[in-house]
Amino acid sequence: MKALKKLMDRLRPRFEKGGGLHALKSVYDGMDTFLFTPSETSKSGVHIHDNIDSKRVMIIVVLSLVPCMLFGMYNTGYQHWLACGAMEFPFLDLMLYGFLAVLPRIVVAYMVGLGIEFFVAQLRGEEIQEGFLVTGFLIPLICPVETPLWMIAVATAFSVIFVKEVFGGTGYNVFNVALVTRAFLFFAYPSQMSGDNVFVSTKSILGFGGNAPDGFTGATPLGQIATADVTSGGSVMPLGLDGTPIDSWQSFIGLIPGSFGETSTLCVLIGAVILLATGIASWKIIVSAVAGGLAMGAIAHACASPLYPMSFVDPFDQLMLGGFAFAVVFMATDPVTAARTEAGKWIYGFLVGAVAILIRTYNNGYPEGAMLAVLLMNALAPLIDYCVVEANVARRRRRTKMLTD
Amino acid sequence: MAEKINNRTVFFNPFAKDNPVVVQVLGICSVLAVTAKLEPAMVMGLSVTVVLAFSNVIISFIRKTIPVNIRIIVQLVVVAGLVVIVNETLKAFAYDVSKQLSVFIGLIITNCILMGRLEAFAMANKPWPSFLDGVGNGIGYTIVLAITGFVRELLGSGTLWGFQVVPTSWYEAGYVNNGLMILPPMALIVVACIIWVQRHFNPDMQEK
Repeated sequence: MKALKKLMDRLRPRFEKGGGLHALKSVYDGMDTFLFTPSETSKSGVHIHDNIDSKRVMIIVVLSLVPCMLFGMYNTGYQHWLACGAMEFPFLDLMLYGFLAVLPRIVVAYMVGLGIEFFVAQLRGEEIQEGFLVTGFLIPLICPVETPLWMIAVATAFSVIFVKEVFGGTGYNVFNVALVTRAFLFFAYPSQMSGDNVFVSTKSILGFGGNAPDGFTGATPLGQIATADVTSGGSVMPLGLDGTPIDSWQSFIGLIPGSFGETSTLCVLIGAVILLATGIASWKIIVSAVAGGLAMGAIAHACASPLYPMSFVDPFDQLMLGGFAFAVVFMATDPVTAARTEAGKWIYGFLVGAVAILIRTYNNGYPEGAMLAVLLMNALAPLIDYCVVEANVARRRRRTKMLTD
Repeated sequence: MAEKINNRTVFFNPFAKDNPVVVQVLGICSVLAVTAKLEPAMVMGLSVTVVLAFSNVIISFIRKTIPVNIRIIVQLVVVAGLVVIVNETLKAFAYDVSKQLSVFIGLIITNCILMGRLEAFAMANKPWPSFLDGVGNGIGYTIVLAITGFVRELLGSGTLWGFQVVPTSWYEAGYVNNGLMILPPMALIVVACIIWVQRHFNPDMQEK
C-alpha cells in the first residue's frame, strides 16, 4: 500500500499543469481518489468534509450487492446441474460454473461503461465520476444468464451515453442507468431477454458442467404463472426444473430460475440491512414500496380472475417472486432518480410497489413489472417532489396568513 | 417584406441551416411514424415536397384576394385538395407503399411544416420564390426522413429499401436485429443525434 502511495505521489507532478501528461489528469485523479482519500483541501471558506464521499457510498452499495452476486453464481450452477439431470450438486463446481458464466458479463459491462465514462471525462476535462461502479455491477445481476455479451455491450453503451452523459453525467440522470440497460435489452432483443430459454444456462463452460438435453426449456416461476391455465381447475403453483412445486420458502431462498442475481429474497434482505445500517438507502422508500406491493397484491387477490392467473398468487408470494425485492431495495432507492422530499419518498415508494404488481398481474405480456414500474416512477419523481414542495409552501402561507389576520 | 428575397438562400437554407425538422422542430410526428423503413420514408418525403411546393404556389397566387379572417381555412382547403390528389395517385401507382403509409398521407394536412410555410412565406411572397421555398423545405424534410429511415431500417430490420443488407452469416454468428429501432421512441433518439451532430459542427446554432 505504501509503495503504491509513493508511486502515485511520484507520478503526480507529471499530471499537473505544465507536466507532460496533463491531458490525462482526469484519469490520474480518478485512480488516485479511487485508491486513497483525496489529498486536495478546500481553498476558501470554512468547510467540513465528510468521510462518506460518493466513492465510499458506491463501494458500500457494491458490498451490499455481493451476497446477491455470490448466490447468483451458486444458483446458476445449481439450475444448470438440474437442467442436465444431475443427482449430486458439488458446491465448488457449482460456484465455479456460475463464476465463469457471470465473469465475462461483468468484465464487458465495466469495460464498455467505464471506457465511455473515462472518454467523456477526458473530453470535458472533468474529474471521472464513480457512478458506474455500481451500475456495472448491477447490469449482470439483472440480466438473464444467457444474454449474449455483445448485447450487454450495446445496451450498456446506449444507456451510459443517452441516459447519463447527455444529461450531464453522474448525479444528473433522470432514469436509473442499469435499469435502462435492461429495458433496452428487453425491448430491442425480446427473444433473448424473455421467454423460457434464456434463464437457465444449458451449455458447458470451459469443460465445466454438461449440456442440457436438446429442446430443454426452463421457464421462470412468473413466466409459468402468467401462462397457467386456471379455468379448468389447474393450479398456479410454479414447478422447479426437477418438477417439484416451488413453495414460498424456496422462492424466499431463491433456488429458482430467474435473472442472474435477483432470485434470492434472502440475499436482497442482507443487502438491504447493509444499506439501511449505513444510512445509504432510504427506509421510507423500501417500507412504502413493500406496502404498495402488498396492497396491490391483496386487491388483485381479492378479485382474482382466471383471465389473469397472477391474481391467484398470494400477496406475500408476489413479493418474493421475480425481481420485485431486488428492484425495491437496489433500484427504487437510487438517490439520484428517486424522489428527494421526505413525504415524496412515501408516495414514490408506494407507487413503485403498486405499479410493479399491477403490471405483473394485469399485463400477461410482461410477466415481471418491477423494471417498468421503477422507470415509470423515475419519470414521475420530479413531479412528486414539485407537488410536495408546493403543498408545503401553500400550508405555510396559510399559517402566516392566519397569524397576521 | 423589407429584406430582399434571394432565391438561392430561399431554396438552400432549409436543407440544413434552417431545416424544418431539426432546426424549427416541425413535423416531428410524421418523422416518428413513417421512418421505420426507408422506402415509405422517401415516398412520404416526396409527397410532402409536392404538396408543399404546389400549395405554396397556389396560395402565393391568391394571397392578395384571401380575406385575412378566413385565411387559415382557405389554406387548409388548398392543402386538402392537393393531399387528396397525392393520395389517389399513390393508391393508383404505388399501392403497397400507400398501404404502409396508411393514414399518414392524409395527415399531411395537419403537418406543421405546411401551415408554417404558407403563413410565414407564401402569404407574403411572389409565386416563384414561394415555389422554391416549398421545394427547399420539402427536400430539407426529406433529408431528415432519409437519414432516420436509413438508420432505423438498417439496424432494425437489417435491410435497406427492402433488400437484405446484413449478411446471413452474421445472423448465424448470433447477430440479432434491434427491435427497439422499429419502435417510435428510437426515431426521436435518431433525430436527436442528427441535431446533436449538426449543433456540434455549427457552434453558432447552439441554444444558450
